[in-house]
Amino acid sequence: MITTTDTPVAPNLSGSGHTLSILVNNEPGVLMRICQVFSRRGFNIDSLVVSQGRNPEFSRMTIGISGDPNGLDQIIKQVSKLIDVIHCFEHTSIDSVTKEMILIKILCSDESRSGALQITEHFGGKTVDLTPSSMVVMITGDSPKVDAAVVMFSQYEIIETVRTGKVVMARGEQPT
Amino acid sequence: MSKQQLDGAQALIKTLDDLGIEYIFGYSGGAAIPIFDALETVKTKMKFILVRHEQGAVHMADGYARATGRPAAVLVTSGPGAGNTVTGLMTAMMDSVPMIVICGQTVTWMLGKDAFQEADIFGITIPVVKHNWLVKDTNALPRIAREAYHVATTGRPGPVLIDIPKDISQGPFSGEMKPKVNLPGYNPEKDFDICPKGVRAAAELIANAKRPVILVGQGCMIARADKELMHLAKTLDCPVTSTLLGKGVFPENHPLSLGMLGMHGTAYANKAMVECDLLINIGSRFDDRIIGQPAKFCKDAKIIHIDIDPAEAGKMVQPDVMIVGDAKAAIAEINEKIAPQKHPEWNAKLDGYRKKFPLGYKKQGGLRMQQVIDELYNLTDGEAIVSTDVGQHQMWAAQFYKNHESFHWLSSGGAGTMGFGFPAAIGAQFAHPNKTVISISGDGGFQMTLFELATAAIHKLPVKIVVLNNHYLGMVRQWQELFYEDRTSGVDLVGNPDFCKLAGAYGIPSVFIKRPADVTKQLEKALAYNDGPILIHAECVKTDNVFPMIPAGAALEDMITEAPKTRMEKPVGST
Repeated sequence: MITTTDTPVAPNLSGSGHTLSILVNNEPGVLMRICQVFSRRGFNIDSLVVSQGRNPEFSRMTIGISGDPNGLDQIIKQVSKLIDVIHCFEHTSIDSVTKEMILIKILCSDESRSGALQITEHFGGKTVDLTPSSMVVMITGDSPKVDAAVVMFSQYEIIETVRTGKVVMARGEQPT
Repeated sequence: MSKQQLDGAQALIKTLDDLGIEYIFGYSGGAAIPIFDALETVKTKMKFILVRHEQGAVHMADGYARATGRPAAVLVTSGPGAGNTVTGLMTAMMDSVPMIVICGQTVTWMLGKDAFQEADIFGITIPVVKHNWLVKDTNALPRIAREAYHVATTGRPGPVLIDIPKDISQGPFSGEMKPKVNLPGYNPEKDFDICPKGVRAAAELIANAKRPVILVGQGCMIARADKELMHLAKTLDCPVTSTLLGKGVFPENHPLSLGMLGMHGTAYANKAMVECDLLINIGSRFDDRIIGQPAKFCKDAKIIHIDIDPAEAGKMVQPDVMIVGDAKAAIAEINEKIAPQKHPEWNAKLDGYRKKFPLGYKKQGGLRMQQVIDELYNLTDGEAIVSTDVGQHQMWAAQFYKNHESFHWLSSGGAGTMGFGFPAAIGAQFAHPNKTVISISGDGGFQMTLFELATAAIHKLPVKIVVLNNHYLGMVRQWQELFYEDRTSGVDLVGNPDFCKLAGAYGIPSVFIKRPADVTKQLEKALAYNDGPILIHAECVKTDNVFPMIPAGAALEDMITEAPKTRMEKPVGST
């Protein structure tokens, strides 16, 4: 399946994947505290994005996790309880925008380059590095779109891919 | 010394004094020398108690806090000193006990370089503290100490740890002595939800209840809700059972008291849980040792759960009404909305169970631990502060030493830490020098922290140190007998010392009891001695078992009240 626009996904409550947005004090050790809450309760961290907030006293963490959905409510409460956590929310695609970015490095010659550029354009991506024998493409979007791009580029020899992991923001005026 | 510049350690000690800390229990070492020096150079009201092992210090601070509701401080050095506090921190964390542990640390520029006595105690203790700090700025010390005290003592209390590198503690201090705490992520009161809707819903469930039971935990005690609880129980003519840690917040000698419930609780308390149609849980976290099998727990009853910690809502048992907040305020609100009730049939039924399944023990065939505890209860009119270790003696103490008031029962519930009881009793005796404090241990647990005999002796603390010696790790042996075809493994404490001689080596007098007929006389003698500690060595029956018993993970209705005739299935629950 190739999607060029973000597809709305049903609230991710029944499956095992969840995205949590956590605002924390920007201090050493905070990540360790949060990881311990997950690991103790058998949740695996699938993706993790941490960056300084607009106010440098705080950091924003977006964490994709998988594990027993019945334990999610408890996880959120236990994370929220940490002194360094300002708040922790689970975001579904209904009320939020979820994006990630991928860099794909492929081998391509003069003959194959135009095809690769076409795919890049189709996904609204950008060529960020170009040599006579290789190119690096950057694509952003929701996770299914990024997955689809990887499928399309698989016809070339992919040297490597790097994905950022998901970032989430609430829609409308609501702060995340 | 007002004009003289303070160093970080002096600013820290001044702050602790200002916060009202009364005792610091600790053990010195290289990285903590600047802080120990500040204890000499700063004039304070605080008293420093040198222990014999850091674990002893933490349990003493724990006992002090459980007996007063106030935190004490612990001061240890880096590396092994800090590492030895971990079990005590875990014990306090599991049982929501406030304390402030301060560790020396290697200098900041050596952090992470495997310096002598360096341990990442910040990282090590994250899962066993409410919060911890690694201080990187001398001027931040007063703020962090204040934050630590605030976090430890508010909301659901818990232990906190401050790790202080040596260059930070001995660095010059030029900051503010009384800065504001800065904890944007910590505001326990914002979660409080004593909303009129919840209180109304609770009152409605109460109005419709025919067979209500109140279950009280330590949260009710910490909130000092004794009076409100008594009013609620009396108004509703409602029986009250308590968790191990909740013992005393409702007087256990009151006609409405069912005693302790759970794995080794009274039969009548557990039967009340099975047959009730409304359970009002005030400040208990529905520990696995009281609910047995979660799916079968109170399955025909409505459940009201009052807890200060929002993360306890629905963690073990899904309540019909959840009220998050301080127990005292919550009960007071509910008391406003309820009408008096009478439950003669329900209480008569429970009285029937009291008569049919009384707690008891034999007085023939050797000395029973139960008898020693029972007579201690009678001789002290139930007014002593009692600490226990973990195992059979702990359960018998819970059954036979009925607590009449809050803060008189010190026992490691959640963590089940052997070696806890004796140092905890020392901490409690420091807090209450004029009260009778009894430390009840088995021979196993006592030997884990007996080195604190020195601390008790030096300070002439009149702790009554009861060692109930059956030469076994009795509780594990009981399980092996019941569930593992009596294959005893790793439980025979052969080679126990002569505990009376051991006490004598520290200059501590002792009494020895072996015959049931001697118990009263010998205990009277020991209780009358108040010039210092005294050890009571009771040589007890080797292979007695604690009943009633609900095998771990079984439902409350599967309780057994005496030794089974046939071999039992291995329990499915954890421990």
